[in-house]
Amino acid sequence: MASPSPKSPEQSEKNKQYDRQLRLWGDHGQTALENGHICLINATALGTEILKSIVLPGVGAITIVDHNIVSEEDIGSNFFLECSSKGQNRAAETLRLLLELNPAVQGHAVQEPTEQILQENPDFFKSFSVVVATSLGEKIIQDLAQHLWDINVPFMLCRSVGFLGSFRIQIKEHAIVETHPENEQIGLRLDIPFPALSEYLSNFNIDTVDLKDHGQIPWIVILYKAVQKWQLVNQNRWPMSRKEKNEIKEIIQSFIRKDENGIPIEEENFEEALRAVNTALIPTFLPVKIQELLYCSSATNLTKDSLPFWIMCSALRNFIESEGKSKLPLRGVIPDMTSSTEHYVKLQTMYRNQAAMEAEIVYRKVQEIVAQLHCESISEAEVKLFCRHSHDLHLIKGSNIAMEYQLGSNNVASYIARYLEEPDVMMVHYILLRAAEMFRSEHCRAPGEWEPEADIAKLKICVSKLLSDISCSPFSKDDHIHEMCRYGGTEIHSVSAFLGGCIAHEAIKIVTKQYNPVNNTFIYDGASTNTATFTF
Amino acid sequence: MAEVETQTPDYQLRRWLNIRKLLERSGPFCHPDFEPSAEILDFIMNSCKVLIVGAGGLGCELLKDLALMGFKKLHVVDMDTIELSNLNRQFLFRRNDIGLSKAKCAVDFVNKRIPGCEAVAHHCPIQDLDEGFYRQFHIVVCGLDSIVARRWLNGMLVSLLQYNDDRSLDQSSVIPLVDGGTEGFKGNARVILPGMSACIECTLDLYPPQKTFPLCTIANTPRLPEHCVEYVKVLQWEKENPWGNVTPLDGDDPQHVAWVYEKAQERAMKYGITSVTYRLTQGVLKNIIPAVASTNAAIAATCATEVFKLASSCCVNMNNYMVLNMADGVYTYTFNAEKRTDCVTCSNTTKVMEVDHDVTLQTIYNKLCEDNAFLMKNPGITTVINGRNKTLYMPTVKSIEEKTRDNLKKKITELGLFNGAEILVADVTTPNTVTIKLKLLERIDVDL
Repeated sequence: MASPSPKSPEQSEKNKQYDRQLRLWGDHGQTALENGHICLINATALGTEILKSIVLPGVGAITIVDHNIVSEEDIGSNFFLECSSKGQNRAAETLRLLLELNPAVQGHAVQEPTEQILQENPDFFKSFSVVVATSLGEKIIQDLAQHLWDINVPFMLCRSVGFLGSFRIQIKEHAIVETHPENEQIGLRLDIPFPALSEYLSNFNIDTVDLKDHGQIPWIVILYKAVQKWQLVNQNRWPMSRKEKNEIKEIIQSFIRKDENGIPIEEENFEEALRAVNTALIPTFLPVKIQELLYCSSATNLTKDSLPFWIMCSALRNFIESEGKSKLPLRGVIPDMTSSTEHYVKLQTMYRNQAAMEAEIVYRKVQEIVAQLHCESISEAEVKLFCRHSHDLHLIKGSNIAMEYQLGSNNVASYIARYLEEPDVMMVHYILLRAAEMFRSEHCRAPGEWEPEADIAKLKICVSKLLSDISCSPFSKDDHIHEMCRYGGTEIHSVSAFLGGCIAHEAIKIVTKQYNPVNNTFIYDGASTNTATFTF
Repeated sequence: MAEVETQTPDYQLRRWLNIRKLLERSGPFCHPDFEPSAEILDFIMNSCKVLIVGAGGLGCELLKDLALMGFKKLHVVDMDTIELSNLNRQFLFRRNDIGLSKAKCAVDFVNKRIPGCEAVAHHCPIQDLDEGFYRQFHIVVCGLDSIVARRWLNGMLVSLLQYNDDRSLDQSSVIPLVDGGTEGFKGNARVILPGMSACIECTLDLYPPQKTFPLCTIANTPRLPEHCVEYVKVLQWEKENPWGNVTPLDGDDPQHVAWVYEKAQERAMKYGITSVTYRLTQGVLKNIIPAVASTNAAIAATCATEVFKLASSCCVNMNNYMVLNMADGVYTYTFNAEKRTDCVTCSNTTKVMEVDHDVTLQTIYNKLCEDNAFLMKNPGITTVINGRNKTLYMPTVKSIEEKTRDNLKKKITELGLFNGAEILVADVTTPNTVTIKLKLLERIDVDL
């Protein structure tokens, strides 16, 4: 009888606390998060709601830049302010209450206006993984965006007014190895079996197997045998068309054993084989998207400062051109399937070993490149991860926010114009949010802050000017202009809370380098419960 | 600190200026019935009673959101106590609160942070509260983590509906239900007007079936580390655990989990299976669903916005089900889930079950569990014969289960049932007994 006190260690306190999120981004993702440092400019309700969902999961550090004094209205919509906060600096007060959420997080408050920092100490921003800003004026947006683009720090520009909100991610280049796709490609290499697999499959004789073991044959074997039989009378081709795949299905059907009354016995593994015909017989191929990635200039013109991602891409390209024979490294996992433990474990081990072997080759190539370039070494674990996910690598090449403010920017104009015609008015919201920003810059208040009706005409002028600045034809969306004036620059907590959750999530994606971020503009309308993503 | 504002009515305080702009100004997209006025905020603050069901990941966010939107008369119900693993997202709790009631800690925190808020806690299961309790609320919003509990709550609100003599719905008896759910990076939010729009039962097929492993795989052909854990849980624990064979396996007891982990590793090793970890073991035992703060924040906020719209009419509600996926970019999709005219819970019609005349009670039991129309968990069936209650089968009380078990094998006609007879069914998924009329089908060869 086993003793109640086990040899195996219990989880650490930290693992227990973060258990639910570790299941989503793993220990290595958590480490990346704990090395992250997020800067928030302006601790509005939106700002603190963003930080809340970054502090709770344990980001390394946060810095809040805000020179504003806490007002009554601030307290009314911001959870991280108390009554006693009134009259004090907003960065200091919100920082204090945010840090209560997680003692492991470091925090700093900077009580200077952003314009001043940008002027006197622009390098200040270099230490951040992401800069997030809310309630910024038109001019500072452009200056800050340009600077962060130049120093290559990811920037998230966020807005929340009335029922509307948006965020725009500006990131020069962002490479993701672990995208966690909903449906992962399962490359089984049935069309080009590696030696160990080939030998195993050839030696497997499904005809002589006992009835009791017949139902334990993995579908991979069944499928392969069916194809082999088909190939005998089809010049060794690979079945491609629907007709040919149906013929494979018929062969699989014929493998099914019948009982003494001639009725086919129901065997789950054969059902699985039939279901797998359409997907598992797709010939092994190198996705175009990946090919483009491996041959782009960042992967072919390596320098000492090249990111590990590009060095690994280069090694991978090398692999494909030689040992890989134009194929990506094997993933090394197989789906669960009805099978005896013995067969399954044998197959699984075979795939795993082959994948390890191929990853090892890529790793050696990586080491060679690293030696040649005299750059920082890359761990074997990182290369293995890269190889395992090589089918789903994703690269985002971003655009500068400043471009949206440039006069006569043709690309932006035609992009916007296309969506302005849609019945789905999400692009109209983008225009209104921009126009409201322009209004504030001209009149030093939000449209409708005091007199909603009176400001409608003035806001309309801003809308027209904005559209003409970017060479778009004018539109007549008076209702939306009226609605924006109705909002009067207010910040509604639940709207900011929704956006806060989404934006925090995006920041975490950037810092952990897992999951695809929004590319690059997200618009939210709480009134119609509608969202849209645009790529400027 | 002496507040000058104590002379001013609360809804006229400066802190609420943001909300007031929405409520005291009209706009082109408002609800047709909307009349801007200061009275709306007064109603929200001083009259509108909202029930928040659950004080966990969604509940904490909901409480904060609603309090900051002006709601004061909030009630929160949750039967759980605080655990360490809650702290990555349930932000109203601190380490010192571990072991305390979630509902109580949550309301204490918010009432202190937002003066004027009068949230009340109920540390109990939702089933402990009766019709009288639920009837007092204008709106119910829930952030539950169980489908069974949702169905129960849904059933409760539907049972409060009143119908006029002409069978039309008395709309003043409708208590809207805003429901949110999350799982990892996915979530959904919906607005339910019981009796008028799709209820939880109407759309049960939107919930994917729970994944289970076949027993023969677990016992004979394990392949995955999960199979090894299930084996220990389902077969080995009862026979071999060192705490006594009547001790139930508690996924929250680290010693239990560690024992299962060790045994699962032994089994895995025997079969050549790798990757049994402590985390995986606990995940299988407790059926852990991954969770982060951000998804909960977004879904709760969506629900709070809808509650605000319902209370103020300042805007048209979501119509009526929103799905959110934050895994690849951020994606939402809102659609109109349709009310089923034959919904067992919310259609004001007689429920009918069709069975062959010669079936056994077991058939009826199975239908109650497996039919999409009912999907019950463990129904108890009674009927009335000659004015007296007769228990046909009651699985939930051990002594009665043993006595009535044999009825399952008997033909329903033997048990006194007939075409048109009514059976009364009780189950965890519904707060009230469901009356079902039986329609017995004769097998007749008909010449057409």
